[in-house]
Amino acid sequence: MTTNGSGPLLEVENLVARYPVPRWIVGALQRRPKLYAHAVDGISFSLRRGEMLALVGESGCGKTSTAHAILRLIEAESGSIRFDGQEIAGLPPRALRPLRRRMQIVYQDPYESLDPRFRVAATIEEPLDVHDIGSRAERRTEMLGALELAGLTPPELYLERYPHELSGGQRQRVAIAASLVLHPDLLVADEPVSMLDVSVRAGILAILDSLRDNGLAILMITHDLSTAAHYADRIAVMYLGRIVEEGTAHDVVENPQHPYTKALLSVVPKRDPRERTTPQILRGETPNSIRIPSGCRFHPRCPIAIPECRNVDPELRRPAGATAPGHRAACIRV
Amino acid sequence: MTPLLEVDGLNVWFDLPGGGELHAVRGIDFELDAGERFGLVGESGCGKTTAILTMMGLLPPNASVAGEVRLGGENILARGEESVSPHRWNDIAMVFQGAMNAFNPVQTVGSQIEEPMRLHGIAEGKNARRQVEELFERVGIPSDRASRYPHEFSGGMRQRAAIAMALACEPKILLADEPTTALDVMVQAQILELLSSLATDFDLALILVTHDLPIVAHVCDRAAVMYAGVIAESGTIDDLFHAPRHPYTRLLFAATPDLHAGGDRVVSIPGAPPRLDQPIVGCPFEPRCDRAFEPCPTVTPALKRVGDRHVAACHLNDIVREATA
Repeated sequence: MTTNGSGPLLEVENLVARYPVPRWIVGALQRRPKLYAHAVDGISFSLRRGEMLALVGESGCGKTSTAHAILRLIEAESGSIRFDGQEIAGLPPRALRPLRRRMQIVYQDPYESLDPRFRVAATIEEPLDVHDIGSRAERRTEMLGALELAGLTPPELYLERYPHELSGGQRQRVAIAASLVLHPDLLVADEPVSMLDVSVRAGILAILDSLRDNGLAILMITHDLSTAAHYADRIAVMYLGRIVEEGTAHDVVENPQHPYTKALLSVVPKRDPRERTTPQILRGETPNSIRIPSGCRFHPRCPIAIPECRNVDPELRRPAGATAPGHRAACIRV
Repeated sequence: MTPLLEVDGLNVWFDLPGGGELHAVRGIDFELDAGERFGLVGESGCGKTTAILTMMGLLPPNASVAGEVRLGGENILARGEESVSPHRWNDIAMVFQGAMNAFNPVQTVGSQIEEPMRLHGIAEGKNARRQVEELFERVGIPSDRASRYPHEFSGGMRQRAAIAMALACEPKILLADEPTTALDVMVQAQILELLSSLATDFDLALILVTHDLPIVAHVCDRAAVMYAGVIAESGTIDDLFHAPRHPYTRLLFAATPDLHAGGDRVVSIPGAPPRLDQPIVGCPFEPRCDRAFEPCPTVTPALKRVGDRHVAACHLNDIVREATA
């Protein structure tokens, strides 16, 4: 792995990503103003080597768009993305290419992400092929090593298999192996276990967890707070394109400050039936990101909102109730 | 008193296109009382959905069934479609997995719920519309939404509408197959709260089919844990979590991360469930079990009583009566 000194591997500052909303022909003829969905609306965070950060939130909160903007799978509207000290927002594709192999993504659905006509060997070799790396023998060693890292042992047994011969958990391990074969520094895991059966999830998450020991930074995107609480070092809770709370997994889960985080935690069902609690259920649903509420974007659903919240867009800062450094929340009431 | 619903020795086979049979449900028994909330838990392919589709008489034509499903003492499987159809929707209704995506996009949601009312002779015309609006109010949808189209509803709203549709004929039993799987946590909480309150208000018995143990722990009174077409263990939720008598139950809970159990290690269960198109010898969980011993590979364990309304199918219970499985 290559590194440029000791700074964070990834630094994101004021990232904005938006999608145009189609206004169709009639809308264009009537010269209606162009509308945008503000998927990511000014977020900042950093990620160190060997660290796992979980971006947590409900669908439409912008967690996947954030990851895609970082990987330059969509173009950011504005903001800065520094990868290993180098600014990559706006970097031309040619210059981006050597950096691409250092960032990889594992998708949610291993039934969709693997080509059914490719043997495992072909799936894992493809990244090496794209980046023109290694001789035949070297490639084989790399491939076997990646399969082993992903927990498919003995690796030789899997190389000639097709996806349909593998279980869901094994498929996801193949996807992980394909992402590891280039020895990336950053791995984005987009809901890596949500399509899998409960009994195999822990195995996949344990692999991701162990990869951090070699310095791999992991950005995990999930809607599942229990998983984030268990495996991530830090959690950033997103709502409508913003981070509303950020801190160590322990601080965010055990000492939540933002009313949205508190509500979100309260509705997670507990494993132990004796711990049944009355969830604090927010009414309605997340407003869409085309018309973001004024002031604090959470105020229409917030149980503790005051009139001021309609006007003040709160900054992410250290709340009074925080007990540890690095714990930040965007709420004027805490 | 006869329970509201009794499932007795239920077996379901599917004929496979290439010949052979898949024995999806391999003899399951359970009972349900009026107003009770019962969970049917297990991983994909364990037969939980097949079991409840049987109660609705909605299995595909390549399925064959043995055993009884008794509703108030009457075996509704006795004469196939003829005996099950009078009860479908009227007594037993179902919210299907992905039901929120099953609405016809070119018909208003209200008219799609009026249709079963008309077909079952519950209400027609303006009467039906008024009942739909009342149902909508009850499930938390503004009543004026009845004349809107499915695409104008969010996922959570469509799921509420699917529940309203299942309630249209005032059933006694509601079967819900993974009713919150595709929903966000906050919407999931709303739907679970709705199902619980409907069960209470209408004395509606609920069978919640899910792979998600915390959801069952949150909503249900009792549950059955299914594995490879059989019930591995059944009991109160408290017994299943605090005093499991089958290793699969214990391991399934251990594989589920909990928000506050930071220190507890979450462990996966190695291996995969057995193929159901071949005969299973011995305990179906034996190859993955961490407590398997001498009889397990050869002798199929019977479901035995281990406590009050608590049964488990594990040989360990024959040798250690007090120790937990």
